[in-house]
Amino acid sequence: MTTSAFDEMGERAAPRPAYAGVADWLASLAPEVLAAKRDEAELLFRRTGITFAVYTEGGDPERLIPFDIIPRILDAHEWSVLERGLIQRVRALNAFIADVYGPQEFIRAGKIPPALVLHNPGFAAEMVGLNVAQGIYTHIAGIDMVRVGPEEFYVLEDNCRTPSGVSYMLENREATLRLFPDLIRRHRIRPVSHYPEELLGTLRSVAPPSATANPTVVLLTPGSYNSAYYEHSFLADEMGVELVEGADLIVEDLVVFMRTTRGRQRVDVIYRRIDDAFLDPLAFRPDSALGVPGLMAAYRAGNVTLANAVGAGIADDKAVYTYVPAMVRFFLGEEPILKNVPTFRCSEADERGEVLDRLHELVVKDVHGSGGYGMLVGPHATKAERLAFAEKIKAAPDRYIAQPTLSLSTCPTFVENGVAPRHVDLRPFVLAGRDIRIVPGGLTRVALREGSLVVNSSQGGGTKDTWVLDG
Amino acid sequence: MRIRIRHATRYRYDKPIDLAAQVVRLMPRDHEGQRVLSWRVADADGRILPMFEDGFGNRCHLVTITRRHEESAIVAEGEIETADTSGVVNGAIDPLPPSYFLRRSEATMPDTAIQALAHSHEGVSDPIERLHRLMTEVRSRVTYEIGSTSVVTSAAEVLARGRGVCQDHAHVLISAARVMGYPARYVSGYLWDGAVTAPTEASHAWAEIRIEQVGWVGFDPANGVSPTAAYVRVATGLDYSDAAPVRGIRRGEAAETLAVSVEVQQVQAQQ
Repeated sequence: MTTSAFDEMGERAAPRPAYAGVADWLASLAPEVLAAKRDEAELLFRRTGITFAVYTEGGDPERLIPFDIIPRILDAHEWSVLERGLIQRVRALNAFIADVYGPQEFIRAGKIPPALVLHNPGFAAEMVGLNVAQGIYTHIAGIDMVRVGPEEFYVLEDNCRTPSGVSYMLENREATLRLFPDLIRRHRIRPVSHYPEELLGTLRSVAPPSATANPTVVLLTPGSYNSAYYEHSFLADEMGVELVEGADLIVEDLVVFMRTTRGRQRVDVIYRRIDDAFLDPLAFRPDSALGVPGLMAAYRAGNVTLANAVGAGIADDKAVYTYVPAMVRFFLGEEPILKNVPTFRCSEADERGEVLDRLHELVVKDVHGSGGYGMLVGPHATKAERLAFAEKIKAAPDRYIAQPTLSLSTCPTFVENGVAPRHVDLRPFVLAGRDIRIVPGGLTRVALREGSLVVNSSQGGGTKDTWVLDG
Repeated sequence: MRIRIRHATRYRYDKPIDLAAQVVRLMPRDHEGQRVLSWRVADADGRILPMFEDGFGNRCHLVTITRRHEESAIVAEGEIETADTSGVVNGAIDPLPPSYFLRRSEATMPDTAIQALAHSHEGVSDPIERLHRLMTEVRSRVTYEIGSTSVVTSAAEVLARGRGVCQDHAHVLISAARVMGYPARYVSGYLWDGAVTAPTEASHAWAEIRIEQVGWVGFDPANGVSPTAAYVRVATGLDYSDAAPVRGIRRGEAAETLAVSVEVQQVQAQQ
């Protein structure tokens, strides 16, 4: 099943150049050493307390995401193409969101069906006519990429709301540094540890005009019961900003203040890791106890910046995704550097017909779903599952898109019976403020089960340290 | 017509509370059928409240009280000059394109009964005539009865029960109009009911429906008419939750007593 996939290391005997050092190193190690290192890594992560709760019944909420000790490597050329493509894509996504809540020229020009935008659950009328700082809506974007060949990368999906996982990128590098200092020393690896600094710089660069030269940034978390709480407290710590919950913030005279032991302090930028619906009970869900009453009022008045912006999700809807290449051409006048996966829109009758005929070879996704839920992986589904899914598509065609099952690249991974190829993806984190910055690499997720293409941590995926080589 | 309005909302709590917040949509704006001569939205001490504009172009005010208190108030008042435009609303602030208002919302989600209602006058070719008949039908199918519904009752529930208040009539009409393919929106405002002197309960709600070649046209299913010079338009949205005169929350155990008084009076223009 995986034989046809492109392996990023290549043949053991003649590895691709970027992997030469790692191939030698793997050849020199006995399996017992690898196993011991893996146990050591697990202990390391347990001690750090990095866990990721999973939204499935019966799952262990304190489960660790497995860390695979063998790094994934991109060479300087590969990364330079990705980097240019990612910057271009995030510029286009931000231009699209600004347009959606502003002049709507993309719609007027007939580039996208109006209803797909205006009737989309991700469209927030609350944002219409608001000028956000620097015109940026998705300040932290997680762009999920897959690779199918030496030069062939595809964007699988854009995460424009509150993408998580960057703490794993940082902790994975820490772990490799501790476990394999010699291996690291033998390579020229571009660092990632400055991510929190870059994040803080980005957030400060989007402070509202009313802020002082030294704007106050806070990180707003739903609290310690949230599955990504570890990441929230980690990033706040690393940036040296306050980690706050809704009850720590108050809005008065359309200004947001933080309660501190020294009294009230004005807040200029909120890196919020709370979903739109829970941000402000006076604007969204009235039963939200996590939010800040009046926050949207302060936001509309231009007195605070929310990162990411409310309503940024309009750009990462899986049906809107199919229009991203058109966005790049329309807003930037450039040809897209990164490719989209060819995608069928089930909303269109002829494309739907083709999807239903070819269900056994396609991946079908709910356009509003995430985390690998609500999808059908045709080649791995039973006939009964496919028939049931066909009915779902016919009942609500607008809700589904379909893509060919890509032969995702593999990387050597340490599994039960030794080192074997497993499929991977890549989530680089793109920071957009006054300028766009990317820490080289990102989070590599790996499907640990043999042949599996599902890398989501909620579906049994693991992670790898991701190296971008210098020069 | 010159209309004077005073809308006071008073909160009292049986125990002191530490936090209360409201967003109010109580500020009319100009369009061809109305001109705001004077208007202010203030708290109990007469302080003007801070204002912001929402995505629908409604002017909103935020009240946040973060000190211990047992009572508070919001008073909106002013004068409006209105004219009869046969229900047509031109020159209003419209940040969203009409087709946005085909969007379904929780309160206006149609069920089969609303779909049937929407198809009930298909033979009538003139859209204005057809929508007037629809409005009349909504009025006859939903009896006006104060207290029969709450702010979260959906259009489908209202039609099934056959009872409701102006807000419910508006939701049913909006839901059916969208099924017919007409963009429709919710309007909250005031209605001068003809009694020249006595202050009355006159906070009101109706619908506006977009008709090609004509524009946005008001329909008041609770009264079976299109708005006249006796109507003052304040806020709009997809449904009540977007245009509600007051949305509030408080933290604490106290029980709340809410007193609302709305006075709508005609004033003689001074020569």
